[in-house]
Amino acid sequence: MNLPDTLRFATRAAAGAPLRTFLMVLAMSIGVAAVVVLTALGDGARRYVVDEFSALGSNLVIVLPGRSETGGFNPANAITATVRDLTVEDARALTRAPAVLRTAPITIGTSEAVFGGRLRDVTIVGTTADYLRLRRMELAQGRFLPDDEPHAAVAVIGATIRDELFGAESALGKTLRIDDRRVRVIGVLARSGQGLGMNADEVVILPVVVAQAMFNTNTLFRILVEAKDRSLIERAKMQTTEILKARHDGEEDVTVITQDAVLATFDRILGALTYGVAAIAAISLVVAGILVMNVMLVAVTQRTGEIGLLKALGAEGRAIRNAFLAEAALLSAAGALAGYLLGQAGAFALRAAIPALPAHAPDWAVLAALGTALAAGLLFGVMPARRAARLDPVLALAKR
Amino acid sequence: MMLIELSGIERVFTLGDNVVRALTQFDLAVAAGEYLAVMGASGSGKSTLLNLLGLLDRPDAGTYRLEGRAVTTLSADQQARVRRERIGFVFQSFHLVPRLTAAENIALPLMLAGVEPAERARRVERALADFGLANRAGHRPDQLSGGQRQRVAIARATIMRPALILADEPTGNLDRTTGAEVVRLLEMLNAGGVTLIMVTHDTVLGARARRRLVLQDGRKICDEPA
Repeated sequence: MNLPDTLRFATRAAAGAPLRTFLMVLAMSIGVAAVVVLTALGDGARRYVVDEFSALGSNLVIVLPGRSETGGFNPANAITATVRDLTVEDARALTRAPAVLRTAPITIGTSEAVFGGRLRDVTIVGTTADYLRLRRMELAQGRFLPDDEPHAAVAVIGATIRDELFGAESALGKTLRIDDRRVRVIGVLARSGQGLGMNADEVVILPVVVAQAMFNTNTLFRILVEAKDRSLIERAKMQTTEILKARHDGEEDVTVITQDAVLATFDRILGALTYGVAAIAAISLVVAGILVMNVMLVAVTQRTGEIGLLKALGAEGRAIRNAFLAEAALLSAAGALAGYLLGQAGAFALRAAIPALPAHAPDWAVLAALGTALAAGLLFGVMPARRAARLDPVLALAKR
Repeated sequence: MMLIELSGIERVFTLGDNVVRALTQFDLAVAAGEYLAVMGASGSGKSTLLNLLGLLDRPDAGTYRLEGRAVTTLSADQQARVRRERIGFVFQSFHLVPRLTAAENIALPLMLAGVEPAERARRVERALADFGLANRAGHRPDQLSGGQRQRVAIARATIMRPALILADEPTGNLDRTTGAEVVRLLEMLNAGGVTLIMVTHDTVLGARARRRLVLQDGRKICDEPA
């Protein structure tokens, strides 16, 4: 029996039992759709995080106080491991490094902001004038922190804060009370939407010295350093480390990380998550494959008389095996195709529901899902097909 | 040369502790073009004989020569080819594939043999006309009467122009008139030169055959007029 005939025969056989065919295609399509949708979700989350990190600014080197120990306990550390705080002077010193374009010290805290009887919890960010350019932020109104007056009692507020405290009034020039200090609003940030970890629309930015006084501290939370160029990131990191080491009496008591390294880590973690999710979804494909086997075994039993007849008409074992294999393959292929469409529709619905999430199934996942579906269908179709081919014609014919 | 030569055929079934000798020390020679009725009570071995002749079953001992060729030692696939090309089966319960049309059922052996679709269509069309089924080509078996179904089955059995037709109670599921029609059809084919071997309970039907073989307990008790 040639290939077109085998396929036509298998198609007629599948069409001859519509309910059975529908259920099998459904099971297979759910498996494929699960892989497509779940990997779309996983990969979408990965891309979302990567994009958000990129939005932090580019060519960034981040300085954290304290050394992240990786070498275990060292007796030398017990004597000398007094962690020196990061200071505003440290940040200023870093601007002298040749590879560094600009720096911004950051101190962070929470407080209450009051205006005209309205009160709101806000995140306070103490920093300097360079922060705006370093973070690639935009102003909606007014101006940012001044370069030359580090002690000025002024504030730049996020868009949400502006809306909630000032409503329809103009915020510029108004005096805001924060933690019993009065600050004048000189600027409003453009609305930026959700940022990673911190919503830029809900912050109040103060000069770093003012913020430190408010929180009664002279330490910093971070220093953000922008390298002059992408190729200079590693050099900026080295120079930063050296300068801080020199300023801290030869003690390397800060951790300097690059944005790229953080990005790569997130990329890896979320990439692994996507693989994991795909593997879990693939289990449903294997289950669907077992269902194919079950259904094909039932089909062999139901069509025993027909198999006997085909043998009497001179069908070789191979022809019968191929006919049943082709049927399993057709059902799997139809299921895989339906599942692919279903999965893409699901990913489309996800994107429509959460526009921020770029939920596209990666190509490898789609190919793997389709491939696994076909392979599972064929693999699990082999046993029933062989059973059909080996039936004793006399017994098979007697059954009907 | 004889079409069929059986010598020393033994076929033993073991059912639990019972050993059933379906055929024992069985010899038979059938010339090409003969018309043979095989009769006997249930369990006399006539179905086993038909299955052996049709290469659906293998004897435990003895030799079977079909057209001078020893066929018992052939592989399963080689036997399938012999069945396809030299033997046509007609069953009591027709054995049509329910989801296929009359034309497609008739075309099955051609499809299994890998005959070109154009040639296939031509031969099926002729068979449909020959067996008075021209206006039933697109009907499925459940849309056909019993007589029409058996005619489809006979058309299918003869489409490969076999040397031998094995009919197992071909009228068993038909009323007397349609049964007679079907037998006349088979006899016409026999008149055209095809060897016809028919298993039947019906003594009237058996009496029509030119040669009658009566079996009992796996042995010939009567073979006339050979």
